Amino acid sequence: MHGYEFYVDPSRCIGCQSCVEACAECETHRGKSMINFDFIDRQRTTATAAYVCWHCEEPTCAMVCPADAIKKGDDGIVQSSLKPRCIGCSNCVLACPFGIPKIFPEYEQMMKCDMCYDRTSVGKKPMCATVCPSQALSYVRPEEIGKRREKPTNVFHFGNQKIVTRVHMMIPAETDAVSLDVLDYMWEESYAVFSQPQ
Amino acid sequence: MAKAPVSLESLLDRFGPHPAYTPPGGWQDESRSPAERLVKTHCCFCGQQCGIQLKVRGNQVIGFEPWEEFPFNHGMLCPKGVKRYMQGGHPDRLLDPLLRTPKGFRAATWDESLDFTVARLKEVQLKYGKDSVAIYGGASLISEKSYLLGKFARVALGTRHIDYNGRLCMVSAGTAYKLAFGVDRSPLPWADILKAQVVLVAGANVADCAPITTDYLWRCRDAGGKLIIVDPRMTPICRNADMYLPVRPGTDMALYMSLLNVILRDGLERRDFIAAHTTGFEQVAESVRAWDPRTAAEKTGVPPESIERAAHLFAKAERAIVLHARGVEHQSKGVENCLALINLCLATGNIGREGAGCAMITGQGNGQGGREHGQKCDQLPGQRSISDPKARAHTAKVWGISPEEIPPAGYSAVEIMEAIHCGEIKALLSCCFNPLVSLPDAKFTQEALEKLEFFGVVDFFMSETAHHADVVLAGSLQEEEEGIGCTNEGRVIHIQKAVDPPGNAKGDSWIYCELAKRLGKGKYFPYATTKDIYEELREASRGGHADYFGITYEKIDKNMGIFWPCPSLDHPGTPRLFEDGRSFHPDGKHHFLVTEWRESGDPVSVEFPVYLTTGRVVSQYLSGTQTRRIGALVDQYPNPRLEIHPRLAEQYQIKDGDWVTVTSRRNDMTLQAMVVKTIRPDTVFIPYHWAGERSANRLTHRTLDPRSKIPEFKVSACRLRKADGPPDGARASNRTGNLSEPRKGQA
Repeated sequence: MHGYEFYVDPSRCIGCQSCVEACAECETHRGKSMINFDFIDRQRTTATAAYVCWHCEEPTCAMVCPADAIKKGDDGIVQSSLKPRCIGCSNCVLACPFGIPKIFPEYEQMMKCDMCYDRTSVGKKPMCATVCPSQALSYVRPEEIGKRREKPTNVFHFGNQKIVTRVHMMIPAETDAVSLDVLDYMWEESYAVFSQPQ
Repeated sequence: MAKAPVSLESLLDRFGPHPAYTPPGGWQDESRSPAERLVKTHCCFCGQQCGIQLKVRGNQVIGFEPWEEFPFNHGMLCPKGVKRYMQGGHPDRLLDPLLRTPKGFRAATWDESLDFTVARLKEVQLKYGKDSVAIYGGASLISEKSYLLGKFARVALGTRHIDYNGRLCMVSAGTAYKLAFGVDRSPLPWADILKAQVVLVAGANVADCAPITTDYLWRCRDAGGKLIIVDPRMTPICRNADMYLPVRPGTDMALYMSLLNVILRDGLERRDFIAAHTTGFEQVAESVRAWDPRTAAEKTGVPPESIERAAHLFAKAERAIVLHARGVEHQSKGVENCLALINLCLATGNIGREGAGCAMITGQGNGQGGREHGQKCDQLPGQRSISDPKARAHTAKVWGISPEEIPPAGYSAVEIMEAIHCGEIKALLSCCFNPLVSLPDAKFTQEALEKLEFFGVVDFFMSETAHHADVVLAGSLQEEEEGIGCTNEGRVIHIQKAVDPPGNAKGDSWIYCELAKRLGKGKYFPYATTKDIYEELREASRGGHADYFGITYEKIDKNMGIFWPCPSLDHPGTPRLFEDGRSFHPDGKHHFLVTEWRESGDPVSVEFPVYLTTGRVVSQYLSGTQTRRIGALVDQYPNPRLEIHPRLAEQYQIKDGDWVTVTSRRNDMTLQAMVVKTIRPDTVFIPYHWAGERSANRLTHRTLDPRSKIPEFKVSACRLRKADGPPDGARASNRTGNLSEPRKGQA
């Protein structure tokens, strides 16, 4: 849908897994959910997180694919592997910094979130973002997201790798990017040339 | 007589619950064929009744599509809503009426089973009197069926004993609102939540029990609103709360009296509002004087500083809302807990304005509508009192009988079970109610069921309770009959019929009309369709508080719901009550009512030192009759777990996943521990959706609120012991007669 973007906000997530159940209703992969869902640490917190594919500008999964089976469309959406090309090697599964791709042996290919191409191409929102009761997964216009307390970012640092994504993560208003490497937060490392996330 | 006819295993083998994982036609085959039509209707699985579109092919619901235009939920659905379509073609679905034989249940014809039912009801009434028969209804039924049940009991059977499972849900709040405002409805539409500066969520696990309301809270917060959450458990919404008050189970009233104490102490009340629109303030002010924050802290476990801060936050807001649910209502002082919250709103002038007021979050499928039109033991249609001569005269006229023929108020749901147990009530006809799982003290319920001389059930699946039936009449799902519901907002909505009941199953309304006919009362039940019932309901409700006269199916469709009261066809409905400053009481005032502290009916002691509280999980609905049959929902939370804080767990050397025996003054149960820091260390929590050995209601007690007659599910006393393993012979045991066999996907 033109002018709409996808936003993920784990702080809103209530762990209901409506996204997981709804994704499995998709006409193109009925019975299989492409949502990544986690209880972060149930013993200590009710925090949960549901993710879709982040649809990277330079998708690591595609870069590591030896069969050139993973393509990004003109719309910026990274697709599941092309079945005739996919050799099921799992390189993408291992390499994706977000842990998104899954190999489905029964389908002989890697499948992942394609942001509901069947829905977005006909003017509907992706299914998960439509049903999500807490709008932890939202598909809205940027001006709509501007009304929230948190703000969106789509820049992630995994050590040396800087990743820009199509999907946005909602983060505290005073932050610019999200680093998932403790080095990036250490004073000793702040002089290192390769890592300046803040 | 009413013991299960054959072994539990054979009943479970035949009738389930079997968790179904694939839709009719399979994931990859027929079910991928396109839908022939999309039916705009509503979810059946909680009081919010979200808009949803059902995909229909032939006579089968094969999937769902979000209904984004519906203004309450804009397409949002919880996992129960997503999977609700899996019921219609479920292999456990009852397709024929069943008669009990010594060898189990056999399929019968409708004539045979209806004639048998009527003969037995007549026999019992002839021998023991009219009131020896009781009717149970359900709050998940459309309002037409609820209305029909009330009329059936009073006109066709002439018994005074009809009540419904909303008695386990909304009655404390409803009673309190009637006392304070003269009417039983949340006075505000949910859109008001977005306008509030402070929302106090009192004993409401919104994330699990009313998931869509989460989005309202988050949007309120985006606009700068502050959230105060009161709960013994840190539920998922607490993560974003501005204040979390970890109240000790059963002490809520002390907390709210203390908030009012601080408000009055610091002069934060709205004197002008109180003087103009309320009565009873002085007495309430006097009654909270003893509850200074320090005193309340000792009772509630909430720090005095938090009480002071919460009171100031709430009272200084220009617009504040209280949302409450079963946490405060499922107590032997449930009505007073609600009144204490209402007093807070009245003292601060938070009522009858946009973004201000109090609201109850109704739990059951048609929790609001299901209680308004006559299946409550003390009410006639339109929320009229059965003891009011004018109400009786109006209803009698609509029904075509004389007022004297309408029986007086009967027993409430738990009292009916107690009257069965003591032999006063001999026969029961139950629809959409699974008391063996949902009533407190399951052993007592089981004993009572076994004493019945006749037990008939109308249902679409074989519930654990139905194992004890003499006859099971195969009824209909929500999407198999047209009708209306009323949501937690007071919005009357249109439930569309998507398909016919499968096999030889029939619409519930047809079943009750047939029974009435065979009881010789057919002329009072001349309905060809449920719409005919609705037209009569409109008349019956006319002039009552819940006035539906101006609401038609067509008007609902055109406006995406109409809020009652709606007294005439050109009336737009009433989204927000009391905007003219007047309550529904004859004096037009909102009534402050004094609440008096008392202890729970099952107090903790040296022998039973731990608080037990029960509740729901997001993937299951009520007694699980429906949701324990949907595989994807079963897998999310397959078995009850004991939530316990690591500090309490350590005392008993309990580790995460260990089996623990929980013993109350009634019974015990053995289940696995889930050691979490998200619950008070003096309290354990067990969800209640399962039967038999896995039923939390083995442990709960039958103390009722004296006015609302709601059981005290939220406060029991228990003791804990680490167990060696799963309960002995758990799967083979017939000890409680209703154990579910774990199947595929269960832990």
